[in-house]
Amino acid sequence: MEAVDPGIVNLIVFVLAIFVGYYVVWSVTPALHTPLMSVTNAISSVIIVGGLIATGAGSGSALATLFGLLAVILASVNIFGGFRVTARMLAMFRKRS
Amino acid sequence: MSANLAALGYLVAAVCFILALRGLSHPRTARPGNIIGMAGMALAILVTLLSLPRPGALAYLLILAGIAAGGGIGYLVAQRIQMTAMPQLVAAFHSLVGLAAVFVAAAALLSPADFHILRPDGAIKTASLLEMGLGTIIGAITFTGSVIAWGKLQARFPRHIEERIPEPVLRVFRLFMRSAPILLPGRHALNAGIAAAILVLLGVFMASESGWVFTLMTLLAFALGVLLIIPIGGADMPVVISMLNSYSGWAASGIGFTLNNPMLIITGALVGSSGAILSYIMCRAMNRSFVSVILGGFGETAAAAAEEGEKTVKQGSPEDAAFLMENAQKVIVVPGYGMAVAQAQHAVRELFDTLTKKGVEVKFAIHPVAGRMPGHMNVLLAEANIPYDVVHELEEINNEFQTADVAYVIGANDITNPAAKEDANSPIYGMPVLDVEKAKAVIFVKRSLAPGYAGIDNPLFYRPNTMMVFGDAKKVTEEIVRGLDP
Repeated sequence: MEAVDPGIVNLIVFVLAIFVGYYVVWSVTPALHTPLMSVTNAISSVIIVGGLIATGAGSGSALATLFGLLAVILASVNIFGGFRVTARMLAMFRKRS
Repeated sequence: MSANLAALGYLVAAVCFILALRGLSHPRTARPGNIIGMAGMALAILVTLLSLPRPGALAYLLILAGIAAGGGIGYLVAQRIQMTAMPQLVAAFHSLVGLAAVFVAAAALLSPADFHILRPDGAIKTASLLEMGLGTIIGAITFTGSVIAWGKLQARFPRHIEERIPEPVLRVFRLFMRSAPILLPGRHALNAGIAAAILVLLGVFMASESGWVFTLMTLLAFALGVLLIIPIGGADMPVVISMLNSYSGWAASGIGFTLNNPMLIITGALVGSSGAILSYIMCRAMNRSFVSVILGGFGETAAAAAEEGEKTVKQGSPEDAAFLMENAQKVIVVPGYGMAVAQAQHAVRELFDTLTKKGVEVKFAIHPVAGRMPGHMNVLLAEANIPYDVVHELEEINNEFQTADVAYVIGANDITNPAAKEDANSPIYGMPVLDVEKAKAVIFVKRSLAPGYAGIDNPLFYRPNTMMVFGDAKKVTEEIVRGLDP
């Protein structure tokens, strides 16, 4: 049998991850749905990886470097902002003392 | 760093992100979960930096400066934002993920060799063009759609900022920041046409690799994002903001395919399913189909079905309300968007403390669509230091209203409307509502008798066991607290 195309492997990962997401998110308590949105915001900014590659590769295309840098800046706003605001919210949830 | 080692590092990061979401199943585990998420992010960034093939000092400097600038802004905003403004902030953050996806895709198109997406013959792989194109389209729609959603949630700038904006510009902003739906004639045909054009351009792009086609496709997707969100009214924002959350995830996955990076694919899929589930929960809580929400226009056309005949409303003062609560054994507070607008959560906390001290049992009932985003009310109550174990979801608490002496409805309307259970012709018929009318007395704090978002009258206002207290939610609650002090 010939080797499986990496694109197919990625598709397999994608579909399985949707199932993981489905079960994990249904277990989130409704009281924490706002922190869920802000933390998913932060983690989806892992797209910064693409920006880092474009900025750091130094391919000679100045425009590609600029786009990469812009992606790094935008994603960083989200990463720091998203995790920080989630932490702030979660710190407020207290049980009756 | 070898590619295999990097892949393992990314795997650990992906697991960290799953654990961060898993932690949110309980407030106790949520805080460590968030820290694990941060660790995963740090690891992902570190692995990427160590895997760069031939980075110069300049590249590192640029990256560090970018992270410091963006991170600094993000941290400061997150540190200063008021909890009542959380829906706007989340919408703004969504928009940035979308725009970042567009930039990454554009960078990949410009320097495909760095992203390892070239075929041996020097052309970009067709699959990569498709993934890149889809990532851009979804990212662009997420970007402008979230900007519009942000405007609708923000409604207006603070006065000191408004004063600095020239009048004509301000007028344009105001137009797009109205929370009311903007209904263009033939908008469905227009949107379908633009969507079709985008798909055709995607095909042309895959065949031609043309940067111009890519740009045109992206611009059309920007326009579509605006057009999709403007017809949707403010109170449907919980669905919109969840949907955009989902889109930002799918965009990230699309880019993950382009970069051939399973961690990005996994993370995008997690976020995508998270947003999709939240949209589903919100739609279910309104008994509306996702399609009807997305097509928009709700609340504009539903003319108030004015019934004939005089209807009398029993009006009371905050002192009357205080009297009722003082003599109650059990009070259930039902907060809505009006509590957020009036910033009344701290006054509600005082009411909670005072009543609890007097031996009255106080609980909170939260409808899933109360407020402007999922979980909005829970965060505001938590901010005011109200313990989460007295705050209950609709299904948990709905049968407790019959044993309650007072239901105190503060800035909510449609989510208590019994027409949803009794009137098959009502636009909200079938929507799960809180059974507040089963309490011995219902106290409504409202600014006026105006109908809620659905544009329909609430028969509860005219029932004999209902007392209306007109005024600002915060002021009224504070006066009730004063009325309680002997």
